[in-house]
Amino acid sequence: MAKAKKESDSAVLDAACAPEWTEILKQMIFIRRFEEATEREFRKGKIGGYLHVYIGQEAVASGIVGALQKGDAVFCGYRDHAQALSLGSDPNRVMAELFGKGTGVSKGKGGSMHLFDVEHGLYGGYGIVGGHLTLAAGAAYAKRYQGSDSVVVCYFGDGAMNIGSFHEAMNMAGLWGHQGMCPIVFVIENNGYAMGTSVERHSALTDLAARVRAYDIAGEKVDGQDIFAVRGVADRVVRQVRETGKPYCIEAVTYRFSGHGAADILQPYRTKEEVEQHRHRDPINILRKRLGEVCGLTDDDVKAMDEWAIERAANAVKFAEESSQPAPDELFADVVAEHGPRPVSEDERE
Amino acid sequence: MGGAPEARTTPSRENEMSEKSYRDAIRDAMMEEMDRDANVLIMGEDIGVYEGTFRITAGMLKKYGPKRVLDTPIAEAGMVGTAVGMAMLGLRPIVEMMTMNFAIVAADQILNHAAKVRYFSGGQVDVPMVVRGPQGAGVQLSAQHSQSFESFYAHFPGIHVVAPATPADAKGLLKTAIRGNDPVIFLESAALYGMKGEVPDDPNFTVPFGQSRVAREGKDVTIVSFSRMLQLSLAVAAKLASDEGIECEVIDLRTLRPLDMDPVYASVTKTHRAVVVQEQWKPFGVAAEIAANITETVFDELDAPVARVTGEDVPMPYARNLELLATPHEPEIERAVRKVLYKT
Repeated sequence: MAKAKKESDSAVLDAACAPEWTEILKQMIFIRRFEEATEREFRKGKIGGYLHVYIGQEAVASGIVGALQKGDAVFCGYRDHAQALSLGSDPNRVMAELFGKGTGVSKGKGGSMHLFDVEHGLYGGYGIVGGHLTLAAGAAYAKRYQGSDSVVVCYFGDGAMNIGSFHEAMNMAGLWGHQGMCPIVFVIENNGYAMGTSVERHSALTDLAARVRAYDIAGEKVDGQDIFAVRGVADRVVRQVRETGKPYCIEAVTYRFSGHGAADILQPYRTKEEVEQHRHRDPINILRKRLGEVCGLTDDDVKAMDEWAIERAANAVKFAEESSQPAPDELFADVVAEHGPRPVSEDERE
Repeated sequence: MGGAPEARTTPSRENEMSEKSYRDAIRDAMMEEMDRDANVLIMGEDIGVYEGTFRITAGMLKKYGPKRVLDTPIAEAGMVGTAVGMAMLGLRPIVEMMTMNFAIVAADQILNHAAKVRYFSGGQVDVPMVVRGPQGAGVQLSAQHSQSFESFYAHFPGIHVVAPATPADAKGLLKTAIRGNDPVIFLESAALYGMKGEVPDDPNFTVPFGQSRVAREGKDVTIVSFSRMLQLSLAVAAKLASDEGIECEVIDLRTLRPLDMDPVYASVTKTHRAVVVQEQWKPFGVAAEIAANITETVFDELDAPVARVTGEDVPMPYARNLELLATPHEPEIERAVRKVLYKT
């Protein structure tokens, strides 16, 4: 316990042996197994289009989402499977979406990059780098406008920080934050690369968390491989943002073990040695080791979790495979609203 | 009808009309909808304290306060993107573009986000928002401030594209836009802001999308247009009727997406000749779309090829004489009518 305390200043550490942490480990193992299954199915040709997996970054999705409550909203980029699974989306329906089936979370019309599950708080994966940051800032404004104490979490990669919409979103969030009207947590998933361009090659200032201060938004770095650290920061920051209505930025320093996308096989921008070095800091192993040392979690316990995860991922593949394709009628559905204008309720009247 | 107005016991505004400018009709539509629904808000550059470059939003900040009338930084992508997020969460934002030329900066938010979120989410979210502002040629505003965007936006599924030609339509169509559940690109003609016309007072007056209107009946030639060019077309039709007895039927498209072609087909079936008038550049424009639809659907009715009247295919020049050459005017419309009548 003392050793762990030294490594992390997590506020949640005292509860490190709570059953919740075992559940979190289980979830992270499941996300890993799910992503491995998607890579296999992609190679088999069952999954089309683009596929960006979260392998290596699991603690960033799990750690932040764990601090949220019902009513909170999450926006993210196209590396979005882990967010959906962390928020509680049905893995069968997530896999079915990747398979382009009518049972998918987005009815098979979004695919890997556009997972939506509004019921569970997921307002989308988006495919234009940085484009969704402005949407998330507006959603945060809407939450306060509606008198809700919900918060919005917006994930994006280090590569998104160089496009105009990043700066426009940050500046407007900073301004609205002055009025307590922008309860949003921006989460930089800094995995070191904008596709194949390293942070050193794409950002004039490499201290990414520092960049948001230009917009009067406070930020801090966290070790994105250590879920205790991520969750500790997330608990504190989400609570603070919920109270103040002011934006905050967490830079989670992480690493993706897989290629940028399924087509990124050669990875000429990094060495095998670099990847191997980072594999020593696998977020799942870090959590697993900690729970072993501190809470007496055994190898058998972990093996059982892993078997459960593998089976659950296999079931998702089976469900996706057995699901029907979207009905041809779906082609024309959801282009524009088919329902009439929503009636204005009494309490919405000015 | 000699009864004094004060004798009426149940005053109703249902059938009453007032003369309003196109500008005031737009403001009335927004304020009536903000009065009706607290979810409606407006954001834009200098719309609050400054009261709007074209004074469309005059008085709104004072009445509704800064939470509902948001002065934004000069950040079109930010304005539109945040509006998309607000709309997804249930608000009904109106984004005023100082001019629609600046909306191109937000093209990613409009075309990649607003227009597609409903679809790729499998219908899980509504995106009720309006991006509105003036467009078109002014007086010596040169290349970056004189453009028209109907065909640009109408190319994309997932949005509605509206271009009113009269104060009444400006009000009725804008109210429909605000009450709807989709992103609407509402293209106002800057040159029409001062134009006056009869506008219904009824706060529930709306004009549905996708209903083209016969603005003037005639039997000889069909002229199809929208926005400011509709007014020019009507002037030409009046002149040709009184001077030469040529009866043009003038159709106002009102909305480019959804596009209602039925009145056009009915008219061409009657006149057998069609002229389409637009301010924007000729290649890949609205007129091309209308002409293609006519040939696909009522080809056998045509006695002449469909004629297009458009702006010249150049960036807008600054010099007044060149600017006048670049934009279509009544004589070009008149020439096109004669051309389809083989009266050159």
